[in-house]
Amino acid sequence: MAGNTSGKTAVGTWIGFALIMLWCLFPVAWIISLSFKSEGETAAGSAQFLPKEPTFDNYKAIIDNPDFTRALINSFGISLIATLLSVIFATLAAYAIARLEFKGKRLVLSLALAIAMFPVVALVGPLFDMWTTFGLFNTWPGLVIPYMSFTLPLAIWTLSAFFREIPWEMEQAAQVDGATSWQAFRKVIVPLAAPGVFTAAILTFFFAWNEFVLAISLTSTTSSRTVPAQMSFFVGPDPFNPPYAQLATASVIVTLPVIVIVLLFQRKIVAGLTSGAVKG
Amino acid sequence: MAAIEMKNIVKQYGDGFPAVNDVSIDVEDGEFLILVGPSGCGKSTLLRMIVGLEDITDGDMMIGGKKVNDLAPRDRNLSMVFQNYALYPHLTVYENIAFPLRLANKSDSEVDEKVREASKTLELDEHLERKPGNLSGGQRQRVAMGRAIVRDAEAFLFDEPLSNLDAKLRGQMRTEISRLQKRLGITTVYVTHDQTEAMTLGDRVAVLKRGVLQQHATPRELYENPANLFVAGFIGSPPMNFLPAKVDGNRVELPFGTVTIPEERAAKAQGKGLLIAGIRPDHFEDASVVDADKVTDEATFKATVDVVEWLGNEAYAYIPFEAPDEVREQLTQLEKDLDGESLRTQLVVSLDGASRIAEGDEATIWVDARKIHLFDPATGENLTIDSDNAGIIPGGNAMAKAEEVGHAQDEVKPASDQATT
Repeated sequence: MAGNTSGKTAVGTWIGFALIMLWCLFPVAWIISLSFKSEGETAAGSAQFLPKEPTFDNYKAIIDNPDFTRALINSFGISLIATLLSVIFATLAAYAIARLEFKGKRLVLSLALAIAMFPVVALVGPLFDMWTTFGLFNTWPGLVIPYMSFTLPLAIWTLSAFFREIPWEMEQAAQVDGATSWQAFRKVIVPLAAPGVFTAAILTFFFAWNEFVLAISLTSTTSSRTVPAQMSFFVGPDPFNPPYAQLATASVIVTLPVIVIVLLFQRKIVAGLTSGAVKG
Repeated sequence: MAAIEMKNIVKQYGDGFPAVNDVSIDVEDGEFLILVGPSGCGKSTLLRMIVGLEDITDGDMMIGGKKVNDLAPRDRNLSMVFQNYALYPHLTVYENIAFPLRLANKSDSEVDEKVREASKTLELDEHLERKPGNLSGGQRQRVAMGRAIVRDAEAFLFDEPLSNLDAKLRGQMRTEISRLQKRLGITTVYVTHDQTEAMTLGDRVAVLKRGVLQQHATPRELYENPANLFVAGFIGSPPMNFLPAKVDGNRVELPFGTVTIPEERAAKAQGKGLLIAGIRPDHFEDASVVDADKVTDEATFKATVDVVEWLGNEAYAYIPFEAPDEVREQLTQLEKDLDGESLRTQLVVSLDGASRIAEGDEATIWVDARKIHLFDPATGENLTIDSDNAGIIPGGNAMAKAEEVGHAQDEVKPASDQATT
């Protein structure tokens, strides 16, 4: 009886699982299939799922497209710099918030939250004006700075939650063992907060990688335009008939690094790293 | 290795909470000192001031003759075992033990040699490559000790290291710590709230109440000559019995009868009215198992036994009695200070295992009248103390002072439950 019930549950689980996977992955599969179709096939308005004559032409074309490769470099550069800086600042800020008592701590936290909730679009106008004045328009720092300010709040909140979980004694033990405050932070606290650091890094990277509104508004040439913005310029000769196959190919290529990064970092995010530190 | 001197140490927190008040304790080189007291008595705070994790509000902390008040923990060269071990979960046992050496930039070969030596002492050899998360409580405890002994620290500090272990392991580790300390001969300060640990481990024991030092003496001195009601009630298990007593000449009137006490003791307690007599459970005995020449009418009384707990080698008999209101309040307060809850006033009597007294019997109980202590109910002071054999008792009335501090503490934090107990 029990086996029967659990068997039924298992079947139900798998059906539900399959449905969800289909729902989520079907568009992805469609894009992948589209990227292998020739231009003629997409223009003809064909509705079949699998390409009739699979071709790598789209990939060749897009990799040979200097605008696209340049945008890819911009995307990588800007996202990585924004992530790195954001994580470093967030780690230090979150540590201070978790460990120190200082005036205005609540203010800092609520301000950070307010910034995170602020709609990006509302800032485009002022930022555009400011950046043209400061000469930051159409440069890498011009995008890195706003990306950092939008991802820092979330990173700070995530990380301070992690730091709060780490018992004070860890640090005190390190200090008694002969560590300076900085050594205790670097050798004990940061390794223990690693899952939090990686989580914050992934969130920041994805935000910067996928961001479109600022990327299209604060850039004017391929010298700093990122991939999402660059893709909107793939219009082709006929405005009523955009090159769907090329767009799909570009989408596949920009999605690949995201998947790779998730797979890489997933291993690093080991839950329960702190178990055994103190008596649980 | 070094001696530790605490001179008039005061700790007052930012909110005005007086955690430690004018405590002076000397720890000799190589001595094993125990800081003991009920929760919230400031013993952990005092330890953390020695190691440098808490600021010292006032007074001098001397280690090896050098004032260390303003030194950071890492400059004091002390090693500490924390209550919850505080092992580094991301490092292996080997690296945990090696951590202090790595910070001191020791060469790899020296690190290896010292870690192996420590792990051999603590029998951790087969666990060196494991992470703390995969170890049992006792093993984690040993790793924490390994980290402490691996470098040549001036002193060891233990903050209730055994409180997270089960009873059997606690006994084993207690012996282990004692053996290790004797072997290394290193100055040790050990905080506990367990009077058994205090009695068995310490060369000397400092009893604290509400951040005020009550008595600083050897375990034997504390047991035989407690300075006041608080120390008397805290040291010893089962605790000392407190009975209302009236002294007339050298005769002491107790709820169960009258006994004769030695002249010189009686002399100190004349003309004080109602007193509290303190008698240890093991100073009673079933009259039928005591040598006949000791049993006289003056030293025995008859009482109805309420409950008997027989343990084989001995038995505890409980005899309820009524306490007059004048002392009842003092006894209730004392019970509260000792983290206990007294439901009724009763006499606990430790009997020989051979005793045949059963529940409900009217038994003849013999009492060793020479060992009776008499306390002043108003101040808690021990009137019959043998000052030559009572270690160091701070001047003034320590118990009353603790009471005062207690009121000050309650004003800052009502029903204070300190985080570090």
